[in-house]
Amino acid sequence: MTRRVFIVNAALVATLTVGAASAQQVLINAGGATFPYPIYSKWFDEYHKKFSNIAINYASIGSGGGIAQVTAGTVDFGASDGPMTDAAIKEFQDKRGSAILHFPTVLGADVPTYNIPGVTASLNFTGEALAGIFLGKITKWNDPEIANANPGVKLPSNNIVVVHRSDNSGTTYIWTDYLSKASKDWEMKVGRGTGVNWPVGLGGKGNEGVSGSIQQTANSVGYVELAYAIQNKMTYGKVKNAAGEFVQASLASVTAAAAGMKEMPEDFRVSITNPPGKGVYPIASFTWLLIPSKISDPAKKKAIKDFLGWMLADGQKMTEALLYAPLPKAVVTKELKAIDKIQ
Amino acid sequence: MLSLRRKTVNVVMLSLTGVCTFLAVGTLLFVLGYLFFHGGTSLTWDFFTKLPTPVGESGGGMANALLGSAKLLLLASCIGIPIGFLGGVYLAEFGGSSFSFVVRYTTDLLNGVPSIVIGIFAYTLIVLPQGHFSTLSGGLALGVMMIPIAIRSSEDFLKAVPVSLREGAMALGASKAKTIFTVVIPAAKAGLITGIMLNVARVAGETAPLIFTAFGNRYWSPGWDQPTAALPVMIYTYAISPYPDWKQQAWSAGFVLLMLVLAINVFARMILSKRGHVAR
Amino acid sequence: MSVTAPTALPARPSGRASAFWHRLRSGDDIAYVITLTCALTILALAVLLVFELFRNSALPREKFGWSFLSGTTWDPVVGQYGALPFIYGTVVTSALALLMGIPLGVGAAIFLAELAPTKISNGLTFLIELLAAVPSVIFGLLGIFVLVPALVAIEPAIRAVLGWTPLFSGPFYGVSLFSAGVVLTVMIIPFIISISREVILAVPTEQREGALALGATKWETTWNVVLPFAKKGIMGSIFLALARSLGETMAVTMVIGNEPKIHESLFAPGYSIAAVIANNFAEASDSLEKGALIELGLVLFGLTIIINGLARVLVLSTTRKGAS
Repeated sequence: MTRRVFIVNAALVATLTVGAASAQQVLINAGGATFPYPIYSKWFDEYHKKFSNIAINYASIGSGGGIAQVTAGTVDFGASDGPMTDAAIKEFQDKRGSAILHFPTVLGADVPTYNIPGVTASLNFTGEALAGIFLGKITKWNDPEIANANPGVKLPSNNIVVVHRSDNSGTTYIWTDYLSKASKDWEMKVGRGTGVNWPVGLGGKGNEGVSGSIQQTANSVGYVELAYAIQNKMTYGKVKNAAGEFVQASLASVTAAAAGMKEMPEDFRVSITNPPGKGVYPIASFTWLLIPSKISDPAKKKAIKDFLGWMLADGQKMTEALLYAPLPKAVVTKELKAIDKIQ
Repeated sequence: MLSLRRKTVNVVMLSLTGVCTFLAVGTLLFVLGYLFFHGGTSLTWDFFTKLPTPVGESGGGMANALLGSAKLLLLASCIGIPIGFLGGVYLAEFGGSSFSFVVRYTTDLLNGVPSIVIGIFAYTLIVLPQGHFSTLSGGLALGVMMIPIAIRSSEDFLKAVPVSLREGAMALGASKAKTIFTVVIPAAKAGLITGIMLNVARVAGETAPLIFTAFGNRYWSPGWDQPTAALPVMIYTYAISPYPDWKQQAWSAGFVLLMLVLAINVFARMILSKRGHVAR
Repeated sequence: MSVTAPTALPARPSGRASAFWHRLRSGDDIAYVITLTCALTILALAVLLVFELFRNSALPREKFGWSFLSGTTWDPVVGQYGALPFIYGTVVTSALALLMGIPLGVGAAIFLAELAPTKISNGLTFLIELLAAVPSVIFGLLGIFVLVPALVAIEPAIRAVLGWTPLFSGPFYGVSLFSAGVVLTVMIIPFIISISREVILAVPTEQREGALALGATKWETTWNVVLPFAKKGIMGSIFLALARSLGETMAVTMVIGNEPKIHESLFAPGYSIAAVIANNFAEASDSLEKGALIELGLVLFGLTIIINGLARVLVLSTTRKGAS
C-alpha cells in the first residue's frame, strides 16, 4: 500500500514538474519503418543529446503504420521503405489538406537470413530460388535450385520454415519488389506491396519479430534488414544480381546499387532493386521520412527542418558504423534544397 | 467387501486429482521462480532510473515506463473508482429490482469484454477525434475496464454490512444518505479498499488496450496529452525483439510487474480473509 | 417606550415546495441522483461501445456482408478480408484449452474440496487464485522463451503417440495453435478450479453421507453423486473460462505463429481474432482494413457476450455465495 502511495505521489510530483518543463520541450512523435530503426534511434538519441529540448519519439510500427499514422495525423512525420503509392499520396492530400514529401535518409538492404543447424556458410541464392522458397514451391533445403548454387555446402533435407512479416512493412515492399522483378511467377501470384497475401510462412512483427523468430526456429529463412542480421550475428546469404554475380550485402555493394541510378526523380520516389552493374547488391533500397509539406506548429516545423539539415550532414557520418550506406552526394544536395518545401 | 477393482479405481482417481492440484500449484511456483531467476537477479538500479537507450546499445532502463504506468493507473482509478463505487452504492442501497437487474447484467457484460475491444473503443472515441495518441486515452481505456469490477465489488461489500447497522442508524433519525455515508460505508471499509486494490492490480497488467491508445514513448511523457510508455507494453515490445539486452530487460520488467501485482493481491486477500470472506 | 406588536413565531414551513427543500437538505435525493447517474454510466458505456464498434465497421459490413464471416482471405493489397481463419484460430485454441483445462481444473477442484484438509485447501486455493492475477503478457513471455522450446523438445513424443491423427501431423515450428492452447490452459485453470471448488463445497453433506452409507467409495461418491449435483456450477465455470480464453490477446499472439490460414494440424501456426487486431490495428493501411479489424472486434464481442451470459446464469445459482 505504501508503495502505491509513494508511486502515486511521485507520479503527481513528476507530472507537475515534467508538465511544467514541457513548456520549452518540443516533443515530436513519429512512427514507421523498422528497417532503419537502428540508425534512426541512434540519430534521434544523438540529436536529443545535442539539443536537449527536442525529443523525437520514434516508434517502429512498420512502414504501413508510418503511412497510416501520418495520414491520420496522429504522428508528426512517418517513415517508410516502400515509397507511398499515388493513391496513398492522394489520400493524404484529401485527409490532411497538404502534400506529403519523401526525404531519403539512408540506403539499406534486405538480406535473406536463415537458421540451418550445421550450416554456417553464407549461402548463394538465385532470385528464382528465393521466389520458389517464398512461394512454397521449394520446400527442402537440399532442393537442387539451392544446392546447385552452393557446391561444397552440405545442405540438410529438412523442410524450410519461411518467416515473413505479419505487419505492413517497407522491408516487405523491398523484398517483394525484388522478387517480382526476379520471378514472373511471383509477380503474377503475389506481387509487391507493404503487405501481401503470403502463400506460406510464419508471421513476425517488425524486423525485430522476424529476427527473433528465425533465431528460435531451426531450418527457418526470412528477410530482414542488413543491420538486424549483423547486430544479431545471424547468418545471411548472397544474392545473384542482374550481372550474374553472387553478391553479399555490404556498404560497398549497397552504395553501388544507388550509383547505378540514372536520375533521382524530383519527389525522391525510386526503386533500386535488381539494377544492372557489377558488384551491385540487388535487394537494396532507399528509405524515406514522410513529412507533411505544411506543419502548423512553428516549434515543431523548425525542429524538423533543423533535424533534416543535421541528418544530411552529421547524421550521414554515423550510418556506416551501423551498416547503412550513406546517401550519394547528389541526392544530399537535392534534398537540402527540398527542405524549403516544408512550410 | 469392496472389490479390488473398485478400490483401485478409487485410489487411482483420487491420486490423479492430487496430481492435478500439484500441477496447478506447481505452475504458479514455476512462474514465480523463473521470473525471479531471469528477471529478479539481474535487476539493476538503472532499470528504475534510466530511459531506454538506442537499439543495440546496452544499459538504459524503463524509468519512463514505470512513471507512465503509474500515471495511467492514477487516471484510470480517478475515473473508474468513483463511478464504479457510487454505482455500487446505488445497487446496494437504492436499487429497485428490475432496473438493478439490468445494471448488473450490463456490468457483467462489460466485465467480459476482451480488453482489446476496449482498446478499439478508446481509440475510436478519443484518439481519432483528438488526432493523436495520449496518456488520456490510455487512462480512459483502463478506467472503463475498472468500472464494472468496481461496481460489483462495492455492491458485494456494501450488501455484506448487516441490516441491523442500517436499522440502528435510521432508528436514531438519520436519513438514508447519512446512514450510507456515515455508517454503512465505514463498516465496509476494509472490503471496499481491498476491492480497489484488486481492481488496480488487475488493470496494471493490461497490455492490449494500451497498444493503440498510449502507444509508447522512448522519452518522458509530459502531461496527459502525449503518448506514454507503459510497463506491460514495453515487456511485449522488448520480448519479441532479437536484442539480448532488450530481452533481459523484458524479464526484469516482467518480474517487477508480477511482484507488484502479486503483492497487492496477497495483501488484499489477507485483509479480506481475516473477515472470513475471500473475494473473487 | 415603543410598543411593538407581538411578532408571531416564524411559522413552520408548510406546503410542498418547502417539504422539497427540507428533503433536499437531508441529502437523500442528491445521493440518489448521483449514485443513479453512476449506475446509468455503465449502461451508457455499453451502448456507446456497441454503437462505436458498429459505426466504425460500416465499410466492410457494407462491402462483404455476411460473407465476411466465411471468407478465408486476408489480403490488404487487394482489399479482400475474411474472418474465418481468425474465428477458426480463436475457437480451436479455446477448445484445446478447455479440453486440457477441464480435467485438470475439475480434478484439482475435487482434490481441494473433498480430500485436502481445510487449511491446506484454503492455502493452495489462495495460491492457485494468484495465478489468475498474473498478467497475460507475462504468460506470453514464458510462452515464447520456456514453453515453445519445451514443446519443440517433447514434440517427437507427442507425435509418437498422437501422430496418426491429422490433428498432429505436419511440421512443427514451436509457435502453433497447440502452443497457444497450452498457454491458454494454464491461464484458465485458476477460474475453473476456484469456482468448481466453491460449487463442490456447496453440495450438502447429506448427499455424500447417503452415498457412503450405501457402500460407495469416496471416488464413486464424488463421481456419481457430488459432481452431478455441482454440474451446473461447474458448467458455469467452464463457460467463464471459455469467455476469458476467447478474448486473450497478448499471451496468444506471442506463441500462435500469426499465420492467417486454416490448417488441419494443431502443430501448424494460426491466428486468433484478438491477436490480429493487436498486431495490425496501429498500422492498418486504410479505412477498409481498419474497419475489417473493428468488425472482427465486433464478432469477438458478440461471442464473449453470449458465452458470458450463459456462464453467469449457471454459476450464480449454485455457489456458496448464493444467488445475487
